[in-house]
Amino acid sequence: MRITCPICGERDRREFYYQGAAIALARPAPDAGEAAWDAYVHLRDNPAGVTRDLWQHESGCSAWIVVTRDTVTHEVLDSALAADIGMEAGA
Amino acid sequence: MRFSGLKILKEGLTGNRGWTPHWRDPDPKAEYDIIVIGGGGHGLSTAYYLARDHGLTNIAVLEKGYIGGGNVGRNTTIVRANYFLPGNSEFYSHSLKLWEGLEEDLNYNVMHSQRGLINLFHSDGQRDAFARRGNAMINQGDDAILLDRDGVRAHLPYLDFENARFPIYGGLYHPRGGTARHDAVAWGYARAADRRGVDLIQNCEVTGIDIENGKVTGVRTTRGAIRARKVGIVVAGRSGQVAAMAGMRLPIESHVLQAFVTEGLKPVIDHVVSFGMGHFYISQSDKGGLVFGGDLDFYASYAARGNLPMVEHVMEAGMTLMPMIGKAKVLRSWGGIMDMTPDGSPIIDKTDVAGLYLNCGWCYGGFKAVPGSGNCFAHLMATDRCHGAATGFRLDRFRTGRGLMDEEGTGSQHNLH
Amino acid sequence: MRIAGRGRIDRRSPVRFRFDGIDYSGFQGDTLASALLANDVRLVGRSFKYHRPRGVLTAGSEEPNALMTIGSGAGAEPNVRATVQELFPGLEARSQNRWPSLNFDLMAVNDLAAPFLGAGFYYKTFMWPRAFWERVYEPVIRNAAGLGALSGAHEPDRNEKAYAFCDLLVIGGGPAGLMAALVAARAGADVIVADEDSRMGGRLLAETFEVGGRPGVNWADNVIAELNAMDNVRLMTRTTVTGVYDQGTFGALERVSHHLAVRPEALPLETFWRIQARRSILAAGALERPVAFRNNDRPGIMTAGAVRAYLNRWGVCAGRRVTLFGNNDDMHRTARDLLSAGIHVVAVIDSRHDAPDGRGYRVYKGAMVCDSSGRRGLESVTVRSIGGEDRIATDCLAMSGGWNPTVHLTCHLNARPTWREDILGFVPTPQAVPGMSVAGACNGAFSTHDCLREGAAAARDTLEDLGLRAAAIDLPEAEDAPHAISPLWAVPGSGRAWLDFQNDVCVKDVRQAAMENFRSVEHMKRYTTQGMATDQGKNSNVAALAILADVTGRGIQDTGTTTFRPPFSPVSIAAMGAGAQGKGFAPERFTTSHKASAERGAPMIEAGLWYRPSYFPAPGESHWRQSCDREVNMVRTSVGVCDVSTLGKIDVQGPGAAAFLDFVYVNTFSTLKVGRVRYGLMLREDGHVMDDGTCARLGDTHFVVTTTTAAAGQVMRHLEFVHQCLRPDLDVALTSVTEQWAQFSVAGPRSRDLLNAVLDNPIAVKDWPFMACGQVFVGGVQARLFRISFSGEQAYELAVPARFGDSVFRILLDHAEKIGGGPYGLEALNVLRLEKGFITHAEIHGRTTAFDIGMDAMVSDKKDCIGKAMSRRPGLTDPDRERLVGLKPAGEVQLLVAGAYLFSPGDDPVRVNAQGYVTSVAFSPTLGHMIALGFLRNGPARHGERVRMIDHLRGLDATCEVVDPVFLDPEGERARD
Repeated sequence: MRITCPICGERDRREFYYQGAAIALARPAPDAGEAAWDAYVHLRDNPAGVTRDLWQHESGCSAWIVVTRDTVTHEVLDSALAADIGMEAGA
Repeated sequence: MRFSGLKILKEGLTGNRGWTPHWRDPDPKAEYDIIVIGGGGHGLSTAYYLARDHGLTNIAVLEKGYIGGGNVGRNTTIVRANYFLPGNSEFYSHSLKLWEGLEEDLNYNVMHSQRGLINLFHSDGQRDAFARRGNAMINQGDDAILLDRDGVRAHLPYLDFENARFPIYGGLYHPRGGTARHDAVAWGYARAADRRGVDLIQNCEVTGIDIENGKVTGVRTTRGAIRARKVGIVVAGRSGQVAAMAGMRLPIESHVLQAFVTEGLKPVIDHVVSFGMGHFYISQSDKGGLVFGGDLDFYASYAARGNLPMVEHVMEAGMTLMPMIGKAKVLRSWGGIMDMTPDGSPIIDKTDVAGLYLNCGWCYGGFKAVPGSGNCFAHLMATDRCHGAATGFRLDRFRTGRGLMDEEGTGSQHNLH
Repeated sequence: MRIAGRGRIDRRSPVRFRFDGIDYSGFQGDTLASALLANDVRLVGRSFKYHRPRGVLTAGSEEPNALMTIGSGAGAEPNVRATVQELFPGLEARSQNRWPSLNFDLMAVNDLAAPFLGAGFYYKTFMWPRAFWERVYEPVIRNAAGLGALSGAHEPDRNEKAYAFCDLLVIGGGPAGLMAALVAARAGADVIVADEDSRMGGRLLAETFEVGGRPGVNWADNVIAELNAMDNVRLMTRTTVTGVYDQGTFGALERVSHHLAVRPEALPLETFWRIQARRSILAAGALERPVAFRNNDRPGIMTAGAVRAYLNRWGVCAGRRVTLFGNNDDMHRTARDLLSAGIHVVAVIDSRHDAPDGRGYRVYKGAMVCDSSGRRGLESVTVRSIGGEDRIATDCLAMSGGWNPTVHLTCHLNARPTWREDILGFVPTPQAVPGMSVAGACNGAFSTHDCLREGAAAARDTLEDLGLRAAAIDLPEAEDAPHAISPLWAVPGSGRAWLDFQNDVCVKDVRQAAMENFRSVEHMKRYTTQGMATDQGKNSNVAALAILADVTGRGIQDTGTTTFRPPFSPVSIAAMGAGAQGKGFAPERFTTSHKASAERGAPMIEAGLWYRPSYFPAPGESHWRQSCDREVNMVRTSVGVCDVSTLGKIDVQGPGAAAFLDFVYVNTFSTLKVGRVRYGLMLREDGHVMDDGTCARLGDTHFVVTTTTAAAGQVMRHLEFVHQCLRPDLDVALTSVTEQWAQFSVAGPRSRDLLNAVLDNPIAVKDWPFMACGQVFVGGVQARLFRISFSGEQAYELAVPARFGDSVFRILLDHAEKIGGGPYGLEALNVLRLEKGFITHAEIHGRTTAFDIGMDAMVSDKKDCIGKAMSRRPGLTDPDRERLVGLKPAGEVQLLVAGAYLFSPGDDPVRVNAQGYVTSVAFSPTLGHMIALGFLRNGPARHGERVRMIDHLRGLDATCEVVDPVFLDPEGERARD
C-alpha cells in the first residue's frame, strides 16, 4: 500500500501512522454539549466506499495528512495537508 | 436427523444415500415475529437461543451471502474467558460455559478443544498486568495460573528463551482456553436453529429498515419486503451500513484483520500461545496447519484483505518468539472486517427505535463470544430486558463514560484495541 | 525411465541423491521428481485422509502429491514439492505422513473405512463422552493428520528481505512474458521479470515447438541473453510472485540457494522481496487439470502436460506403456512427442466423438477411462466406449481435462474471474488489478503465437502508460493451434473419483455436500475440504465446482469460485519474517551510559525499546534487593546518579508555544516564568490521562516538554496532531530531542555538592530553587540543569548533548563515589518514586482520569484543553470510581503484590465484591515495610480503613491499611531543601 505525502511524495504505508476518520479535524466548541462531543469522539460514518481519514507521515516529515480513500478497493484518491485544511476552515 | 457414530455407520453401510440437508432453504415469509439481520455466528446463535430458550420459532435469519461467511468463518478460532474488566468478565465467563456443553446441545461436533491458552509476558510491568487479569478471572470463577519462566518452559519448550528480543518472563495460563472448528460453530447453530423451525434465508440482503412512529415494522430486502415485530442487527463489520438504514450512526469503525494458516504439519504446538510484545497468537489446527494472526492493518477497510506490512510483522513476531516455525510455509492469508468500538468492547442493546436491537462491536474477539452473544441477545430481544451477563454492553456508555471497558487502555481511538 | 537423446539436463554431470534411505542417481538439471521418475520410483507419498499411495502428478509448484522432507537435522524442511526441488549432490529426501514406511503404511487402514469417513463425518460424531474430545479423539486425529514434521529446532538458516522498484514487473518468463519484457526493455523501461522456475522459458522448456524457425528453447535463450545484457532489466529466476497488494506492491519469494549442495556463507536460503511496480504484466501461463474417474489417483496417473514436460525437458518417461485420456487436442501432442521418442503409446482415449485421428497411435473416440487398478502403482485402466469396457495394461496414464489459466494473482484484490465456455476455463476479469495487464495462457490465449502476440501487445499498452514508446517488433512465427476441447469433468460411475488428491476429496463428497445443502461453493469447500490442501485447489477447484454446478443446476459462472488469496504458492515464515529472529524483531535503543553501566555489572532490562540498568551490584551483594535497598538508602542519605535519558524530550518553540502548551496540558503554562519548570498532565481527548511529565521554560518562546519513556512516541505524535490538525493557527514548532540530550538525575541531600564538584561554575542555593532550570557548563560544554525530583529528595537533572553523555556519566559517578554516592538503577528509581506516591504508567494505564489520581483540581477552569470536555462526563467523575490510594501491610502477612485485588474484610473474594486493585508495590527500606499504590472505590475517603488484598494466583491474603499515596515527606520539604 502506498500513500502520497503532499510534502514527500508517494511512500510506503510503513512510513505512516493511521488515526481514523478526518472528523478529528472538526473539534466541537468546549461547550458544544454531550451529544456533539460524543459524536466527535465516538460516532463514525464508517463508509464502505470513499472516506476521508487522517494519517501522519510519522517516519517521514511528520505531516498529518487527510487522505481521501476508498475503503472497499483501497484506492487512494487524494491527499492534502491537514494543516492547510484546518487553516482554510478558519481555525 | 440426529447425528451419531451409529448414524455414520448406518449410512456408510448403505452408500451414504440417506443424508439430508443440514438446513432448509425456505423462501421468506411475509411476516415474522423476529428478524435477525446477519447469518454469521452471532446471528445464528441468536436465532437458536430465541427458539431454544424463549419458545419463539417464527423467526428468520436474513443473510446477504451464505451463512457463516463472515468473521465466524475467517478467524483464528480462539475460545477463552480471560478478560478482567467488569462487564467483560461475566460475559465471557458465561460464553465459555455455553461452549463447554455446545456439542451435546447442538448435536454437532464443533471440536471445542480446551487445550489451554498461555499469554506470555515480557517485563515486570506486564507480569503485574497479567497478574491482575488472572486474579480477575479467578474472582469471576474462571481458571488462571501464573507461570514463571520455568513454568512456561515446561509447557512450551520450543520458545526462544535465550535470544528473543523481548525475553520471556512468564505467562498467564488459562487451561480452559482453547480453540474450536470455526465453520462447524456456524453450521451447528444453523442446523440446530433450523431444526427448531427458524427460517435461514441466504442470498437475501437487507436494503432498508421500515420504521413507523418510532417503531420498527419490517425490513426491505433483495427478496422483497418482510414484516416483523422485532428486528435485530447482527452484522459485525457492516453494522454502520445497516444501522444507517435506521438513521443511526454508531461508535464503530470497520477495520481489516488478517490471519494466516500454514501447510499441514505433524503436531508441534499443543496450546494456544499469545506473545505479549508482538501481537502474535498461534495454535495448530487438528488438520495440522498452524493458525495464527496479529494486529489490525490499522486503516479502515471493508476489503477483507490486507497488506504486506502487517503480514511481515506477524511473521517477524513468530520468528523472534518461536523460531522453530521458520520452515512452516504459509498456505493462505485472509482478512475479516472488524467492527471496532472506542473501548474495544461490544454492544448488545436496544436502540432508540422500538423493536430494533443492536448486537455489534465485537472488534476482533467475536468468535469466542458466539454462544454468549446469541444467548444474551436472544434474551434481550425476547424479554426486552438485559441478560445478567451482558449488562455492561450498553450503547450509551460512551456518551456517559459509565462502565467503559477499555481492556487495552488505549482510549477512544477505534483501531487501537 | 530415462530416455536417450531427450531433455535439457546435463548428462555429463551425474548427481547422487537419496530418497527414503535408498541411493539414486540423476543429472544436473533434474528436479527431484524427474530424477525419481527416471529411477522408476513411482510411489512418493501418501494422501492425507485415506493414506492412499501417491505418485508425481504434475511438473510444477502446484504438485499435490510429491511432498517430501528435504534434509535432516535442524534445517530439515517439510512439505517440499519434489517437482520444484532441484537436484543437488547429496540431496536427502524422505517421504511423509506414513508409518512405519511408505510402502507399508498402517494408516492405509483408513482407506478400508472410507465409507464412514466421507465429507464432514467428524462433525457428526466424537461427541460422547464429552471429556473424550481432548483426551482421546483429538489426540488421535491430530497425530494422524498433518503432512511433514518441523524439526523442532530454532530456524538455523539465514533468510533475507529486500525491496525492488521497477516500471514494469513481468510475472512469468514464458513466451508471453519474455516477449513483453523484450518490447518493454527495448523501449527503455525498468523491467523485472520474475519466474518461479530455475530457468526462464516457461512452457517452451517442456515443448518441442519452434519459434521463429528454431527450437523454442533457443528463441527463449536468445531473448534471455539480450535481456540479461541490458542494464534496465533484472531477470529473477526461482522467484515466485506470491501476492498482489495495493498500489502496485507485490510480494515475491526468491529461493536463493535451495538448489545448492553447499551454500556459500554470503547467500541466504531465501529472500522475500517487496517489489514496487508502476505497472505489471501477468504472464503466468496455465495449469492442466486432471479428470475425475474411479481410482484416478494411483501412482503413474499424471497430467498429460507433465508427462510431456518430463519427456522433453528432463528426458524421462513416467512409464513404458503410456495411455492418454482426456477431452482436448493438447494431449495428442503428448502422444506425438512420446511416439517420436520411441515410447510405446498404448492408446489415446478421447472423450470427444469427433476426436482427431491418431498419427501412429490408436484413438478411442467418445470413450472414457472409468477405472484403474494396480496396488502401489498403475497396472491397467478400464476403458468404456460404445463397444463396451476394455481393460488396457498400462503403467502410465497421461490425463488432461483441459487447462486452467493461472488467474490467481488477478484475484488477490478481490476480483472474481470470468468463465469462458469456449475454453472451459476461468480467465481474469479485465482491470482486476489496477495497472496489471494479462497476456498469454493465463488470459486464455493458449497457442504460442497468441502468447507472443499478447505479450507484445500488453507491453505496448504498458509503455504508453509509462510515457515510453515501443519500437516496432516482428513477432516470430510460432504454432497457432486452436484450443479444441469439450467438457469432461467426471466420468460417470460408482466408486471414488478423486478431485483433491492430497485431501482425498472425491466427486461423491461434493455430491454429498450438495445433498446436505452445502450448495454454496464456499460451503462445499469448507465442508469437504476441497481445495484446502497445499495446492489450494489449483488442480481440482474448477472440476469440483463444475460438479457442484451440475448437481445444483446452476451454471459454472453462477456457481462461482472460492477466493484465491495470497500466497500464490506457500512461503516460509522464516522468509517473510526474515531478520526478526532473536534480537532483530525490534530496534534496540541504548543510552549513552550503557557501556559504563554494563562495565559496573548492572543487569540491563528492557524498557520499551530501551535498555536500562536494573541495579548496580556492589561487592558482596548477591540478591537484587540488597543492591536496590542500598541504592535507595544512598539517595535518601547521600547522592545517587541515574540515567533518565529515555524519557521523551520534546522541544517546543515559537510565539505560539505557550498557548499551545496551555491547550495540550490540563494546567496552565503561559504563566510559567522563564527559568522555571512545572509538572504537567496531559489528557487524551476522551478525558483519560495520556501522560505526565515536566515542562521547562527555557525562554519566552522556548519550552522543553518531557514525557514518560513509554509514551514518548505517542505524545510526540499527539502534539503534532494537535498543532497541525486543531491549532494550525499557532506559530509553534515541535522537535523530538530525546536522542540529542543525555540526561542524568542527580538526587539526594548531597546532590548540590556533587554538581558543584562537576560543574564549571558552582550553583548557589538562592539561584536554584526547587523547579528552577537554566544553563550551566560542564567541562566547557553547555548543558541544561533542571531542579526537579522524582525521588522526593533534593535533586537535579543535568542534560548534556548526547555525545558527552558517556563522559559526563563517568565524571558524575567518580565524584559521587567520593562523597558516598553512586549510581542507581530502575529498581531503586521505582522504590524512590513509590515512597513519594509518584505515578507511572502502572497507574496511568489508560483507564484512569485526573479525578482518579487526585489531580482533577489541576484541570484549569480558565481555558479549554484537550480532553477537558470529555473528562467531565458523569461516568468519569463518579466518586465511587476506583481512585488512587496508598496501601501498607496491617496484618500478619507483610507481603504485597501488584495485580492483587482489594476487598472489604469479610467479603468473599469474588468479582462482584471487588473494591479495587494493586498497581505497584515495593519494599521501602526507608520505612522498613512494603508499600503499594492501588486504586480503591472512593479511595480518598477511605484512608485509615482496612482492606483485604487477595492474590489468588500466588495464594496471598493480606490485610492492608488504606493510606495517602505519599508515604514519605508529604510536605515535600526534602525536595525543596
